[in-house]
Amino acid sequence: MTKKLDIKDHNTLFQAEKYQKQAEGKRVFEAACSVQEVEDTVELLKTEEYKEKNFNREAAVINPAKACQPLGAVLAALGFEGTLPFVHGSQGCVAYFRSHFARHFKEPVPAVSSSMTEDGAVFGGMRNLIEGLENSTALYKPKMIAVSTTCMAEVIGDDLSAFIENARIEGAIDQEFPVPFANTPSFVGSHITGYDSMMRSILAYLSEKNGDLSYKIPSEKVNIITGFDTYTGNFSELKRILELMDVDYTFLGDHSDNLDSPANGEYNYYYGGTKLDDVAQAHNANGTLLLQKYSTKKVTKYINKKWKQDTIAVSSPLGIKNTDQLLKNIKELTGKDIPQVLKDERGRVVDALADSHPYLHGKRVAMTGDPDLLLGLISFCLEVGIEPVHIVCTNGDKNFAEEAEALLKTSPYGMEGKVHIGKDLWHMRSLLLTEPVDFAIGGTHMKYCAKDAEIPLVRVGFPIFDRHHMHRYPIIGYQGTLNLLTLIVNTILQQLDDEAPAHSFDAVR
Amino acid sequence: MSTKEITDRHKILEELLEVYPERTKKFKKKHFQVVEEENIESGKCSVKSNIKSRPGVMTIRGCAYAGSKGVVWGPIKDMIHISHGPVGCGQYSWGTRRNYANGTLGVNNFTAMQVTSDFQERDIVFGGDKKLEALCKEVKEMFPLAKGISIQSECPVGLIGDDIEAVGKRMTKELGIPVVPVRCEGFRGVSQSLGHHIANDTIRDHVMGTRELEEAGPYDVAIIGDYNIGGDAWASRILLEEIGLRVIAQWSGDGSINELGITHKSKLNLIHCYRSMNYMAKTMEKEYGIPWMEYNFFGPSKTIESLRAIAAHFDETIQANAERVIAAYKAEMDEVIEKYRPRLEGKKVMLIIGGLRARHTIGAYEDLGMEIVATGYEFAHKDDYEKTIVELKEGTVLYDDPGAFDVEFLSDKLDIDLMGAGVKEKYVYHKLGIPFRQMHSWDYSGPYHGFDGFKVFAQDMDIAINSPIWSLMDSPF
Repeated sequence: MTKKLDIKDHNTLFQAEKYQKQAEGKRVFEAACSVQEVEDTVELLKTEEYKEKNFNREAAVINPAKACQPLGAVLAALGFEGTLPFVHGSQGCVAYFRSHFARHFKEPVPAVSSSMTEDGAVFGGMRNLIEGLENSTALYKPKMIAVSTTCMAEVIGDDLSAFIENARIEGAIDQEFPVPFANTPSFVGSHITGYDSMMRSILAYLSEKNGDLSYKIPSEKVNIITGFDTYTGNFSELKRILELMDVDYTFLGDHSDNLDSPANGEYNYYYGGTKLDDVAQAHNANGTLLLQKYSTKKVTKYINKKWKQDTIAVSSPLGIKNTDQLLKNIKELTGKDIPQVLKDERGRVVDALADSHPYLHGKRVAMTGDPDLLLGLISFCLEVGIEPVHIVCTNGDKNFAEEAEALLKTSPYGMEGKVHIGKDLWHMRSLLLTEPVDFAIGGTHMKYCAKDAEIPLVRVGFPIFDRHHMHRYPIIGYQGTLNLLTLIVNTILQQLDDEAPAHSFDAVR
Repeated sequence: MSTKEITDRHKILEELLEVYPERTKKFKKKHFQVVEEENIESGKCSVKSNIKSRPGVMTIRGCAYAGSKGVVWGPIKDMIHISHGPVGCGQYSWGTRRNYANGTLGVNNFTAMQVTSDFQERDIVFGGDKKLEALCKEVKEMFPLAKGISIQSECPVGLIGDDIEAVGKRMTKELGIPVVPVRCEGFRGVSQSLGHHIANDTIRDHVMGTRELEEAGPYDVAIIGDYNIGGDAWASRILLEEIGLRVIAQWSGDGSINELGITHKSKLNLIHCYRSMNYMAKTMEKEYGIPWMEYNFFGPSKTIESLRAIAAHFDETIQANAERVIAAYKAEMDEVIEKYRPRLEGKKVMLIIGGLRARHTIGAYEDLGMEIVATGYEFAHKDDYEKTIVELKEGTVLYDDPGAFDVEFLSDKLDIDLMGAGVKEKYVYHKLGIPFRQMHSWDYSGPYHGFDGFKVFAQDMDIAINSPIWSLMDSPF
């Protein structure tokens, strides 16, 4: 290597005196607030009075922890073989979905838009949809296109069914080419609603397309639906468990390969995913296991009603007890026994929990995320003696709140827990500053309030932009529990080291 | 470049277009060009631009909202920017652009925040004006040091007939701070570009000329169109100050509403991102007679050229200062080039960036001995292409609004060593084993502007191209 140069990037460059002076000099042109004003306001924002005002907000949403429907629809579409997500409406939305997922997964995310503009607003988007189907099939050669909508198309009331039919009549796509579609207005629900709607639509479309649902070939198979799960590691973990239990399964919606493809000198637009033919057979299965409840409400209803199938819907199986329940559920659906290897695995993870428990016991935590994830996290915390205190769920409904509160009541460690549905991370900030906790669990957006409260953030959930590869490791099952434990306990141990007086800077912990 | 090589490049473009359905092919054809000697001499460019993207092609473009909230208004740090409409737009653009600002987040700096009216079905049905009004009041209470509010409209607002202008007017009066309505609904125009224009116009209508500069000086200048990505504007400002100029405003990276309001007192407006802010530079020229000039602070050659051109607008003192500053940095720059040029010499670069950097970064690459084989923009206009083509070498492929398919096809055929584009494109290149740098966000690095920024740029290009990880791509199995 050649000579080392002293190259400073943004992390250190602007600490130099010349830049500090520059910043100070600039203030006069900014008509900047005085240092005193800023300090006073910092203090004001920490008060109970401010918190009260903050919680009285009715119109302003500040730093919410939710996204909009079509984002979820894109994720659902990515779970199927050769499927191109197609979002009908303005094009900027698709640019946002693709970059949002790319920042989380560090993977390419193919999706197209029908690029509607002002004339589309006036005349409707039929021409855009038809030309979009023609262009995208020519360029990206998908096996299926899954159409969802932006709020623009929803407000002007475009009729997807008629438009797609017209595209077939015009020959833009073949008569038989599968195009399931779902209305995903961003002014209703959140990304988990969009996932649910698109998934329901894909399952209904493919299973009803060629046949009679009442005609069933009995099968021992079990369908698995993960919900809006952004951990590709969860998919492989789940498959491993099912294979250890010798279960014949079909994932309905498996986006793990699309969002975790190899670097080997080639790029394809599509990797893995549920085979379209497998969806057509899915109604024959013995039952369907859903690993999120709140993101699969419509899907569950559809499967019960149309496929006349048993469904078991649970919240994210985080922690020992939830994993125990997951295995029981699989056993219930399939009659398969739980093998020794999983029992041993359970024991090893419980052993790990025993090793770490003194550092976790009584730690107070604040958390945010989607409803199913939060239920999983609360359960895990309670079983190791962590006390959930502030639980903010921007896209949670009343059912979620009741369920979460009931769960908290099952344990003495849940007594302080308060569930805040429809609240955002600016509410969370007030909570953290008025009723402090020891650490936080959530996605990247929580880093701002965690920093203001001077507590560490354990990154779990979505999106995670500022840490790498978290989503590649499972957080469900016994192995996932071990990963979660390792993340949390090591964060706490790091904090102990960072804050330790010299004598307590222990070599062994 | 030989005639055969140029013919080959034409063939590549023909082959690319073959895959398109007939009507789209006819359209797309006009957006590609192989640059020939005569184009470089005349500056004439046949590439069509600023036209609607075809549906379904996987365009890289965004929307007007992204151009206004994301680019122009968002970086103004002491204002609250309301993403008015459903939750998504503000969520996806929250804290991802890296327009750095000094200040305390949530107290007197509101850049990395997502404030939204989070439209629900009832707002679509009954209209969102009342909610917007309540929101403005709440925001003022929540953020007492906020010095203004901008209302960034999302698609539904323009479709349901809301009157955000009336709300803006009422709230400006009631709250005593400017409340600026911006009609940047995503369906307007064909890309981010119209959003820039709309945002510029609202600065003109609501802020321009509204504040006074206490004491005007002969060397007052404003930086226009630098968004301070990774600190770019700071690394630029330092040079302007070192040559004796006084920078009275930054538009809009680390900017404030006061700076927007005093810029009409500037003696010379210096414009970096022409595409997104030329409108206001021209407006201030017309209204206040302020001259403006473009400059380019990427790479030492262009930075030196620009510093001299800027100094030429002022007296001999400034000109002498410029020479002194250029000389002072020379050794450092030579050292950087001496280290990195041998490692990067002859490497072929392909770019697809927004509306400026596809031409402005060429000099920086060339300072390192690298060659641009293909370049183009998401949302540039005709004048940008004319400015670009004169910077290119014969045989370079130039394109407008290429889709994912186009970019991947060309990068394969042109056998490139480095791709520079955005996050949506990035990870494709990791699969392919082609070094990549994000040229919107500087891949979380930067600054890249000025002399201090060039060091980081050179180092980053070296990291990308010469990383040992690329040799692991070929599996032995």
